[in-house]
Amino acid sequence: MQVGGLDKGNIPSLVGALRARLGSEAVLTDREELAPFECDGLSVYRRRPLAVLLPSTVEEVQEILRLCGAHRVPVVARGAGTGLSGGALPLEDGVLLSLARFNRILKIDPLNRSATVQPGVRNLAISDAAAPHGLYYAPDPSSQIACTIGGNVAENSGGVHCLKYGLTVHNLLALKFVTMAGELVEIGSNAPDAQGYDLLALMTGSEGLLGVIVEATVKLLPRPERAQVILAAFGDVRRAAEAVGEVIAAGIIPAGLEMMDSLAIRAAEDFVHAGYPVGAEALLLCELDGTSAEVSEHVMTVRDLMKKSGATEVRTARDEAERRMFWKGRKSAFPAVGRISPDYYCMDGTIPRKNLPEMLDRIAQLSRQYGLRVANVFHAGDGNLHPLILFDANVPGELDKAEAFGRDILELCVEAGGTVTGEHGVGVEKLDSMCSQFEPAELAQFHAIKAAFDPHGLLNPGKGVPTLHRCAEFGAMHVHRGKLPHPELERF
Amino acid sequence: MADIEKDLQDGVRDALAKKRRLNIVSGNTKTFLGARIEGEAFEVSGHSGIVDYDPKELVMTARCGTSIAEIESALRDANQMLAFEPPRFGTAATLGGTVACGLSGPRRPYAGSCRDHVLGCRMINGRGEILDFGGRVMKNVAGFDASRLMVGAFGTLGILLEVSFKVLPRAASSLTLVHECSDPVGYLNSLSASPLPVDAAAHVDGLCYVRLSGSDQAVSEAKQRLQGELLAGGEVFWEGLREQKLPFFDTDLPLWRIACPPASPMLDLPGHWMIDWGASQRWLKSAAETGEIRQKAMEAGGHAALFRGEGFMQPLTGTLLLLHRNLKSAFDPEGVFNHGRLCPEF
Repeated sequence: MQVGGLDKGNIPSLVGALRARLGSEAVLTDREELAPFECDGLSVYRRRPLAVLLPSTVEEVQEILRLCGAHRVPVVARGAGTGLSGGALPLEDGVLLSLARFNRILKIDPLNRSATVQPGVRNLAISDAAAPHGLYYAPDPSSQIACTIGGNVAENSGGVHCLKYGLTVHNLLALKFVTMAGELVEIGSNAPDAQGYDLLALMTGSEGLLGVIVEATVKLLPRPERAQVILAAFGDVRRAAEAVGEVIAAGIIPAGLEMMDSLAIRAAEDFVHAGYPVGAEALLLCELDGTSAEVSEHVMTVRDLMKKSGATEVRTARDEAERRMFWKGRKSAFPAVGRISPDYYCMDGTIPRKNLPEMLDRIAQLSRQYGLRVANVFHAGDGNLHPLILFDANVPGELDKAEAFGRDILELCVEAGGTVTGEHGVGVEKLDSMCSQFEPAELAQFHAIKAAFDPHGLLNPGKGVPTLHRCAEFGAMHVHRGKLPHPELERF
Repeated sequence: MADIEKDLQDGVRDALAKKRRLNIVSGNTKTFLGARIEGEAFEVSGHSGIVDYDPKELVMTARCGTSIAEIESALRDANQMLAFEPPRFGTAATLGGTVACGLSGPRRPYAGSCRDHVLGCRMINGRGEILDFGGRVMKNVAGFDASRLMVGAFGTLGILLEVSFKVLPRAASSLTLVHECSDPVGYLNSLSASPLPVDAAAHVDGLCYVRLSGSDQAVSEAKQRLQGELLAGGEVFWEGLREQKLPFFDTDLPLWRIACPPASPMLDLPGHWMIDWGASQRWLKSAAETGEIRQKAMEAGGHAALFRGEGFMQPLTGTLLLLHRNLKSAFDPEGVFNHGRLCPEF
């Protein structure tokens, strides 16, 4: 993948052409105007783009891509900028394409249970618009009040209800996207299982490398009749992790199954006063939903299982307000940790659930080794970990230490048979870790997929997939399928 | 049960060296789908066996030649299932063929499709390289989603060696209700819009069939709330639908699968209908012209596939065709795998 051969002399003519096409107010080039777009949710990385473009129509997006393609200027698309892996980090020699003006809900179709929206529509706004019909959009990333559906598709966002209701890819029916050549492509529909290659799956989670999403149709589900949440406190993390396995073994798929460790519990409690047991080493939140009868039956079973697994306290929410409060604590965990440390670095590995206790032991060891605290918050039901590494960027060397610590955690995830990113994406952040997870031939295959859509490598280049050259320089020991190459060799 | 991965890789490299085209064959139960193709039969069913299965993880990894029967039997022992109920169309059906064809059974609208359950794969691409994509965990966004891209690709992008997929617990209780119904589309959609534990809903010959599955209380409560008589041996009906063994499917007429938005009114086409998937998949036995059927399906916002007979795939055009062609050459630049099975030109 090559970042197009940019001729700097072309820039004024490109900006001029864009202004002529979009109008001056839709093309930002002043320093101050560009500042808010320098970073996304991973603010340690910042770059100022050549220009920020604010198109309002699909035709304008097509025109932008055609013009930038002709000038060989790279394009980075951006939704709300809430991503946590630097996927929307601008390029200094490229333009930033903001989809902020694509903020209309085009259609709520209650009969077919779908919503067609522009990419800049916020995740939660879809559920709000569907609510009068008793329907909702299931994926609920913690940033759902701010993040947009276009970004959700680009990152294949998850949330706390993934185990039962799936990721974005499972809840997406159709997309319209524009290729770097400026062609509008429609894939999927309200009819299930389109023929041909599953481009809908391929586009989901492609981090803006294959096309610019200009419209999405998502599935709406009927609101469950009842949801109840069980809060269980444990004296040690291992027992909590085992309890998770017991719930699954009992044939129950909870709507959400979340775990927090003591540091996260205390931080969240201080922040939102959710009524969490602050003396506990681990806390499980288990949400059960379905018909009223089913929820009652499962609540009894899960309570028993938690007690048998050694829970020191088991509570069910007394009412809807308390249920929401229990969740508020969990959903505020990141900002809560932000209050107890000048900076934190959020990781996103996934491992097979059975390896949870061992993984937590290893993270604790690394924490001692690096001298940095860690708060653990995770989607225990699907093995998706969010260790938050606490550090102070003003202390020289601490950011580097935190990043090295993070990479070590991700390597452990790969070793355990998992992945370096469960839902936040690779972006620029995990490029080196990708070298641990994938063989050169696999990375080359990814680059070939990219080239199938974008032969000149102009869409969000340098993100998502590392170059083979970078991996060679990074020199990561490739950990494949939990096995190091040549295990017979001693390592020093 | 054997690991013949190396042999398969050698076979592909040999074909590449000799510029021969391969026709990937496993259980040979779904050859009727898609175009008949030339090419040397390349037998992969010997690569079989369950590689990893821990019921508490809700994930199984198995080699492509593992029979669906073996997989379902192992799952049954742990009180779990393939929630997407893949049609087998014969006892020899294998995991690789099931994923390559990407078909799903009656539970599809309620539990997700074959593709929704795939988590990762190991494959041989058209350069003879063995590649791993995705993983054995539910959430994984590292790299492009190449493993789900294999679902429904009919082996045109490579040979699947192993697939990891999500499995789910079997419901504690399940029953089927049947009643006469004159507005099946309206009725089946009203069920889908309700929070009831419906996990299959179909209509044929004037009768609506609704399967309820869940906890004991949820099922018995839902039964009280819905109309219909309890159908003794309801599973026989769903198995017959899944395998196309119901009398409806016994026909000499062309059989069409029409996928459409679930609330679409019945299409104005001559023939005999069966409604499945809560009205989003409709089977039509009809002698009507291919063009007319495809046109009507498209007007309804859907698509039509001739399920038995030549003409499975609706022809692609424009940028969509270009992207398919580019993806095919990204995985299989020499065109060694299943040439013409999905699209005439590749």
